[in-house]
Amino acid sequence: MVTAMLPPDWPGGFWAHWAVFVVVIFVFVLGVMMGALWFERRAMAIMQARLGPNRTGPFGLLQPVADAIKLLLKEDIVPAKGDKLVHWLAPVVVVAPVLMIFAVVPFQGGAILADLNIGILYIVAISSVATVGVFMAGWASNNKYSLLGAMRMVASVVSYEIPVVLSIIGVVLLAGSLSMQQIVLAQDIPFILLQPLGFLLFFIGALAEINRAPFDLMEADSEIVAGFNTEYSGIKWSMFFLGEYGEALAISAIVTTLFLGGWRGPVLPPWLWFLVKVGLVFFTMVWIRTTVPRVRIDQLMALAWKFLFPLALLNLFITAVEILVFPAVSLWVLVGVNIAIMIVLVLLWSRLFKLGWGKVEV
Amino acid sequence: MKFERYGLGIAKGLSVTIRHLLRRPVTTQYPEQRLVTSRRIRGNELIWDKNKCTGCATCAKTCPQGVIRIVTSVKLEENKYQVEKFEVDMGYCIFCGLCVEACPYDALFLGYAYERARYRRGELIRDREELLASEERKPSAYARPQIEATLPKQTLLLDKDRGRR
Repeated sequence: MVTAMLPPDWPGGFWAHWAVFVVVIFVFVLGVMMGALWFERRAMAIMQARLGPNRTGPFGLLQPVADAIKLLLKEDIVPAKGDKLVHWLAPVVVVAPVLMIFAVVPFQGGAILADLNIGILYIVAISSVATVGVFMAGWASNNKYSLLGAMRMVASVVSYEIPVVLSIIGVVLLAGSLSMQQIVLAQDIPFILLQPLGFLLFFIGALAEINRAPFDLMEADSEIVAGFNTEYSGIKWSMFFLGEYGEALAISAIVTTLFLGGWRGPVLPPWLWFLVKVGLVFFTMVWIRTTVPRVRIDQLMALAWKFLFPLALLNLFITAVEILVFPAVSLWVLVGVNIAIMIVLVLLWSRLFKLGWGKVEV
Repeated sequence: MKFERYGLGIAKGLSVTIRHLLRRPVTTQYPEQRLVTSRRIRGNELIWDKNKCTGCATCAKTCPQGVIRIVTSVKLEENKYQVEKFEVDMGYCIFCGLCVEACPYDALFLGYAYERARYRRGELIRDREELLASEERKPSAYARPQIEATLPKQTLLLDKDRGRR
């Protein structure tokens, strides 16, 4: 029954709803992405006592437009010995899933393209497809740096997927649903307070999974030129760029939905609350990028398997115990207990965290 | 127990970067905003004093690039050289300042200005009248400390209120 699934505040049939939201999502992703690009460059510049782009338009707001025009007009170079078809296909495979993520992101109550009852599972599944695209790009370029970058991407995504998914399960246990809409509706207290450790693990893991600084090893320009997009130029390169920022936005939206209470908040209209929270999470990403230097590859792997993974398991166990054994305890008590547990566990695991049996500097 | 390893290090770093949000940028936006350069800048041009020059050609001899061409004739009644041609190919000049240091009559200066790019190579060959000092072509105090006081003091950063976001 399609009509039964329709949110009440959107008139029209299924196809009208579909068409409206496809347009909304494209406008949102492309528009906000350009804004995010400008915002990241300006915020990073100001934190580094520079100015950032300020020539094109007021405050340099048109700089992303100028960049886009420049990129679209550039020559499209395909390596002579590369796999032409895969080289052409890879950017599409990277961008399409990123746009598909937004299909289940609720912009406000009912404002969602498809309220899947397995929303978050769908996100986990679909976001991993972009990795295939990156690996296709690395392989098809016939370039050792591209391949190295792609291999690093695959390694980090495979490793970080586990703690990310485990910390999502904590949220799902609390909300009792996989639907993004239901998860938001369940958050009378934002889950960042009930799941502080889960939030920390999810955020670190998500940063690594979308390869943002400090985990941007696949594009480490000091080591492997530009990673998987070394051999790309023009519009194909801009597709990767779009995918990268789209993923950052998607992660901001997912963090907002899972941990920050989605569109819910006082006074402001719900969609504005959603945008404000997404902006806040994105600013945190920029902030971290400005602050923290890039990690080594062994540090990247060790962090996933020795730090995030066991903590995520413990977090899941503790959450399950709290829900099964103490369902009657007030949520605010659990908030305090969970924050205390987080501090103890993080301190303990930092103490145990070693690389190369303690012979390598962490 | 060193807390830097337990997340305090990252927290410190984050607090440093967030505090920089309120800081003034150090960038100078060049064509609109300019720093005052050093008074002893070697600049981008050579300045020649027609009255002090005796045509001894010491500068031409000392120039490692050989870019100074000087042609003189003899004025017998005044027992002097007449400078007929003083031509410098600034395209080859390396601004080493040896000619300025070598000139026994302080007739050569390096320039204070630094915006003397040209579109054509031929425009870089300067002779007689084009080498004289003028309002735009101030001499720098390089190897000429006597004119140092006439030039403004160097600024390393813009005034704080001039830094525009």
